[in-house]
Amino acid sequence: MINNTVKAAGLIAVLAVLLILVAALNPGLSERISQGLALVTSPRLDTGFTLTDPTGKTVTDRDYRGRYMLVFFGYTFCPDVCPTTLTVLAGALDHLDAATAAKIVPVFVSLDPERDSPAVMGQYVAAFSPAIVGLTGSADAIAQVKKSYRVYSAKVEGSAPDLYTIDHSALLYLIGPDGRFRATIDPGHSAAGLAAELSRAVQ
Amino acid sequence: MKRFLGAVGAVILGMAALPALAGEIEIGNATLRPPVVAGGNGAAFFTITNHGPADRLIAAAATAARSVELHTHIRDGDVLRMRKVDAIAVPAQGQAELKPGGDHVMLFGLDPAATGPGAHVPLTLTFERAGDIQIEVPVAALPAAASGHHGAHGDQ
Ligand SMILES: [Cu+2]
Repeated sequence: MINNTVKAAGLIAVLAVLLILVAALNPGLSERISQGLALVTSPRLDTGFTLTDPTGKTVTDRDYRGRYMLVFFGYTFCPDVCPTTLTVLAGALDHLDAATAAKIVPVFVSLDPERDSPAVMGQYVAAFSPAIVGLTGSADAIAQVKKSYRVYSAKVEGSAPDLYTIDHSALLYLIGPDGRFRATIDPGHSAAGLAAELSRAVQ
Repeated sequence: MKRFLGAVGAVILGMAALPALAGEIEIGNATLRPPVVAGGNGAAFFTITNHGPADRLIAAAATAARSVELHTHIRDGDVLRMRKVDAIAVPAQGQAELKPGGDHVMLFGLDPAATGPGAHVPLTLTFERAGDIQIEVPVAALPAAASGHHGAHGDQ
C-alpha cells in the first residue's frame, strides 16, 4: 500500500518532469508560461470554421492561411467587454509596425447569430478598425465554431425578450499561418501591452 | 464650493434645485460608450465622490434608453459575467468608480437620435441618502472615428 503510493508519487513526478520538458521544447508554450499568460487549453484545438463575412460571402479558416488569425468571440449588443477588447485590439494594431500588423488578421466572431446579421457585423467591426473581420453565421455554424474553439457562452434574460445579454469567454485565440492553434491571449487593458505580446508572438 | 467642480465630463443640471444632501455627492469623469449599431446597448461610466456619510446608488434612469440597470461584472475564469445589481455602494468620504470591466450603468436600446457624436445624454442617478442627481453624460467617440486610423493613439 505504502509502496504503491510511493510508486504513484514517483510516476506523477516523472510525468511532471516530462510535462516541463515538453513545455521547454515548445517555444510558444514556454513563452506563454514565462509571460504568465492564460495557458493553452489544448494544442489540438480544432481551428476550422465556415462562417459568413459582412458581404454575405461564405468564408472558412482556410481563406486566412499564410497569416496569423487573432480570433475573438462576442456580440454587437455587448456594452462593455467586447467594445473594450476591440478598442484595445484596434489600438494594438495601430501600435504595430505595418509589416507586423499585415501578418495578423483579427477576426471577431458573433455569439449572437439571432441579432448579428453579416451587415451588422460589418458595421460593428468598422467602428473599431478597418482591419478587423466580422463573421457570423447560422445558429448551427456558430454552435460549430464554439465547439471547435471550446468557447463558453450563455444567454442571460433581460427585462424584455429582445434585451438579453450573453456571458462569454473573453480571450483572444492566436492561430498560426499554418492554421494550427498557438495560444490564448488575455487582451488586458493596454494597447501597447497587447501590441508587445503580438509582435513577440508573430515573429 | 468645490462640490461639483463642473469639470471632468459631467455637467450637473439645475444645481439650485438639487436636494441639499446631493451636495455631498460629486460625479466626475462621466462618459457614455454608445452602441455601434442603432438601437443597441450602451454603458455609462463615471466616478462618484462622496463627501458625506456612506451612501448607495440605487437606480438610474434615462429617457434615451428603453431600459436602464445598474450592472457589475463577475469574473469567472475566462468569462466576465455581466449582472444586474440592486445598488452600488459609495463609502463615506470615499469613491466608487464605474469603469469598463467593472460596474456601469447599462443603457438598453439607446435611441440613436440621442447618442450621435458630441451628444450629451441626460441621466438621473438616485442615491439612497442623497436623492436624485441629474447629470448629462457626454457620448464618447468610437475608436475608428476617434483615431481616424492614422498612426498610434493612446493607451487605455
Ligand atoms: Cu451591462
